[in-house]
Amino acid sequence: MIASLTLILLCQLAGEIFVHGLALPVPGPVMGMLFLLVLLLARDKFDWLACGPLQGGGVEGGARGLLAHLSLLFVPAGVGVVQKLDLLAEHGVVIAVVLAISVLVTLLVTVGTFLVVGRLMTRKRATP
Amino acid sequence: MTADPFSLWVYLSQTPLLWLTVTLLVYASTDALSLATGRHPLANPVFHAMWIIAAFLLATGTSYTTYFGGAQFVHFLLGPATVALAVPLYENRRIVAAAIVPMLVALVVGCATAIVSVVLLARAFGLPDNIVLSLAPKSVTAGVAMGISQSLGADASLTAVAVILTGIMGAIVVTPLMNRMGITDYRARGFAVGLASHGIGTARAFQVDAVAGVFAGIAMSLNALVTSLLVPLAVTLLVRG
Repeated sequence: MIASLTLILLCQLAGEIFVHGLALPVPGPVMGMLFLLVLLLARDKFDWLACGPLQGGGVEGGARGLLAHLSLLFVPAGVGVVQKLDLLAEHGVVIAVVLAISVLVTLLVTVGTFLVVGRLMTRKRATP
Repeated sequence: MTADPFSLWVYLSQTPLLWLTVTLLVYASTDALSLATGRHPLANPVFHAMWIIAAFLLATGTSYTTYFGGAQFVHFLLGPATVALAVPLYENRRIVAAAIVPMLVALVVGCATAIVSVVLLARAFGLPDNIVLSLAPKSVTAGVAMGISQSLGADASLTAVAVILTGIMGAIVVTPLMNRMGITDYRARGFAVGLASHGIGTARAFQVDAVAGVFAGIAMSLNALVTSLLVPLAVTLLVRG
């Protein structure tokens, strides 16, 4: 468990160093995710990498533990709403309506694009 | 020695212990409620935990800074949890690789829709420019969105609130919406909610279906990249142009 968490933190740290070192407009943890993915893929190719948390489902178990309660992690930021009550009293309803419409439109456009492009691809493959 | 309950409260209300415990206790209760309702969308655990804790802070006159002293230990785990998304991605790499083209097209189209729709709507409703800028990165995960907001000179704490509200709205609406539209492809459903509603949408997707959760996680990570690039561009064209 400790070894898995350490590996995850090391990936995040490497991601932050990489992103800040090269001044990339990418969040450090996202780069860290790519590093961990590359490590997992490399482990299947090179046996010598399969040690510590990278063997016997160690880091996989640790990651599942973190992701099982992903919603909890957003609660502290959400409670930040108490700092914005005066602004929300003035514009809250309009902001909520704007966000709600935007979310609906985004969901529909994204799911529609995914399905249409997916269907076009399978049709192309069926009739070469 | 008789402990004065008021001085005990004054002491405890300044400790991280109390606020970390409150955060976990309230979330554990709202999550149990969500489970008891069969993960009903309206029993969203983040939403209910958020208003209960916020009401408690207001009732006890506790500042957000004091609260965050305890809650930061939970907040910190957002970063490692993002890294941890590599594991479901790795385990489902074959399904993901097979859907790479629809994913990338939906990513760019969806990301542009999220930004342009919120900016145009906010302006149409006559919100001040500073609020419009703060809302622009709302579909991306909290830490990234606040960074974008700061670089635009907008209000980062308002951005955080908009991000959480967007996440909760998407998580509540996605299942009934997709069921009504008759969409049964869990890859597409997950991808859409991860893109529109970042980690809260991803958490919802994992509750509904494992494949949906994987695609939501990918959408959330990729959207963090694309939004960082597109928001400054959209703001230049739509707000300052």
